Amino acid sequence: MSTEAMTATVDAAEAFGAMQFIWREAEILDRLDYKAWLPLWTQDGLYIIPTELGVKDHADALNVAYDNAEMREARVKRLRSGFSMSASPPARTVRTVSRFVFERDGDVLVVRSAMQIAEYKFERLRTIAADVEHHLEAAEGGQWQIGRKIVTLINADDYLHGIGYLF
Amino acid sequence: MTTTTSRGGVAIDCGHLVRDDRVHTSLYKDPAIFDQELDRIFRNTWVWVAHESDVPKANTFKTSWVGNQPVIVTRDKTDTIHVLLNRCRHRAASVCEKKKGKSSVFVCPYHGWSYGVDGALRKVPHASGYQSEPEKAELSLVSLRVETYNGMIFATFKDDIEPLVDFLGPAKKWIDLFMKQGAGFGVKTLGEHKFRFPGNWKIQLENTTDAYHFPIVHKTFLDSLDAETENIFDVLGHGGWVENLGNGHSVMVMIPDLIDLEDNLDAPIPDRFADLAAELVAEGHDDATVRKVVRAVGGTGFNLNLFPNVACSMAFFRVLRPVAVDETEITHVAIGMDEGPVAGNRMRLRLHEHFQGPMGFGTPDDAEGWERVQRGAAAGDDLWIMVNRGVDAPEGAAEAGHDAGDVSAETGMRAAYQQWKRMMTA
Ligand code: FES
Ligand SMILES: [Fe+2]
Repeated sequence: MSTEAMTATVDAAEAFGAMQFIWREAEILDRLDYKAWLPLWTQDGLYIIPTELGVKDHADALNVAYDNAEMREARVKRLRSGFSMSASPPARTVRTVSRFVFERDGDVLVVRSAMQIAEYKFERLRTIAADVEHHLEAAEGGQWQIGRKIVTLINADDYLHGIGYLF
Repeated sequence: MTTTTSRGGVAIDCGHLVRDDRVHTSLYKDPAIFDQELDRIFRNTWVWVAHESDVPKANTFKTSWVGNQPVIVTRDKTDTIHVLLNRCRHRAASVCEKKKGKSSVFVCPYHGWSYGVDGALRKVPHASGYQSEPEKAELSLVSLRVETYNGMIFATFKDDIEPLVDFLGPAKKWIDLFMKQGAGFGVKTLGEHKFRFPGNWKIQLENTTDAYHFPIVHKTFLDSLDAETENIFDVLGHGGWVENLGNGHSVMVMIPDLIDLEDNLDAPIPDRFADLAAELVAEGHDDATVRKVVRAVGGTGFNLNLFPNVACSMAFFRVLRPVAVDETEITHVAIGMDEGPVAGNRMRLRLHEHFQGPMGFGTPDDAEGWERVQRGAAAGDDLWIMVNRGVDAPEGAAEAGHDAGDVSAETGMRAAYQQWKRMMTA
C-alpha cells in the first residue's frame, strides 16, 4: 500500500487514538497490571511472538508464544501467582513504543511500531528491541481491541534469556 | 602430580573435587577447570551436533558447535554427512554464517576460496600465486569424525575413541523408544528455542534428570493443566525411577505408562486429545494412525541424558553449549512427525511452546533456578554441591545390575560427575 493510500484512509484523530491505546497497553504491561491487559483483547485474538523473522504462517511454525484467549489467561494467572520463580520478583521493565505506521485492512487498523524495553534484574540492565504489529478492531464506546499482536524481537532467531514478564 | 593439557597449559588435578555423593563448588566457578573441560571433555568424546532432518537432502547444511568450536553439518550427494570446522584454511574467516540452508559450495567471503560440502578446497582465486596443487589438497576444511545413531548426529575430534554405538551402550534402547514419537512417520525437527543463562553448563546437565525440583519449580505449569494432565505430571511416587546407563548417561522415567508409545494403543483416547483425534479423522487418517499419533503427540514419559551435551527429553532435544564458565546456551529443539499429519504437528508445536522457550510456562523458572545456583555458589569457597539423594530403591523396572534409584534420586547427576571425573583425570 502506498503512503498516500494509507494517509488517505487513516485520519489524524484515529491515528492518535490508536497510539494512545498502544501506549496505555505498554504502561499496563510495565505496571504488571495483567488483569487490566486481558480485556484489551478480542475473544479470538492471538498474541504471537515468533522464533524466526518473516514467518507468514505462525500456526504451523514454532513460536515463543502463540496464545489464544485461554493461554493468555493461563499466562496471566501464572505470572500473578507468586509461585513462578522467574516472575517473583519479576524484572522491572520500562518500554517505549514509537515509529508508528498505520494501514487500514477492511475494518481492521493495522499499526506497526518499534518497541524498546529496558529490563532490570539482578544488577543487570538489558535492552530488548522489537517490531510490533497490532491489529486493532473497533470496540464499543469508540474503544479499540487487539485482534492480533505480533512481537518480532530483533533477535528472534538467536538466543534470548528467560523472560518473566510480557512484551 | 602435574600434567600438561593438550594445549600446553598446566593441568588441574580434578580427582579430589568429585566424591561419590558431592562435587566441589569450584566446578561451577573456576575458569581454569572450564578450559580443561573444553579440552578433555568436549574435544575428547562424542558431541551431538544435529538431527538428520536438519540436513534432509544433498547440499543442505546447518551450523552448529562442538564445545566452543563452530562447525557446519553438511550432507553430500552420496548421503554422507560431514562435520566441518567453520574456518577458512586461508586466514581463518568463517565460511558460513547462516543457521541452515542449501548450498553445494561454501565460498569464503574474504578472498574467495571455495570449498565443497565435503570440505575439499575447490577453487582459489588467482591460484597462480601459490606454489603447487598438493598444497591445495592439504587445505580442506578440517573434517571431524562423524557417526549417527537413529537420526542423531554426533561428531568428535578424536580418531581413536570407541565407536558411537559403544559409547551410547544401554542408552541406545532409550533412543529407540524416544524415536517412537514419530508415530511411524519418522522424527523431524520443527524449530528451536534458544536461550542463555548466566551459569555453568553442568547446572543444566544435572537438571535433566532432576525430578525432585519438578513439582516445586514448575508449580505454575502444573496449575495451568487440566486435572487429567496434571495427574500425569504428578511424577513423584508413581513408579518412576532414575537409572545410570554408563559413560555418564542416565535416564529418568517419570511416567512409566509412556515408556513404549507402541503399547496400549487400544486404550480410550484421553479427553484432552479428543479434538485432535477428530481433526485427524477429518484429515482422512485411519483409526490405527489416529491412535498412534494421539498416543505419541505428548512425547515419551522419560528424559534421557547423554553426556556431555544432549538430552532426549519427553518430546524434544535439549542441547547445551558451554559458552564460558558462567554462561551456557541451551537449545530446545521441537520435534514432530516427518510428513506426518498437520494437526498432529501443530499440536506438538503448541505443547512445546506451553512449557519450553524463553517465555514458556516452565523454562524461565528453570533458567532462574540455574542462575540462582550460580549466584549462590559465589558464597563459601570451600562448600560442596550435594548430589546424595536416593536411598530409596527404584519402584519401576530398571535394568538388573544397573545403579538405579527412585524417580527423585540424584543417580543421574552422580553418573554424569563420575564420567566427568574419569575424563578430567585421564
Ligand atoms: S580468509 Fe578465506 S579466502 Fe582468505
Ligand atoms: Fe525444570
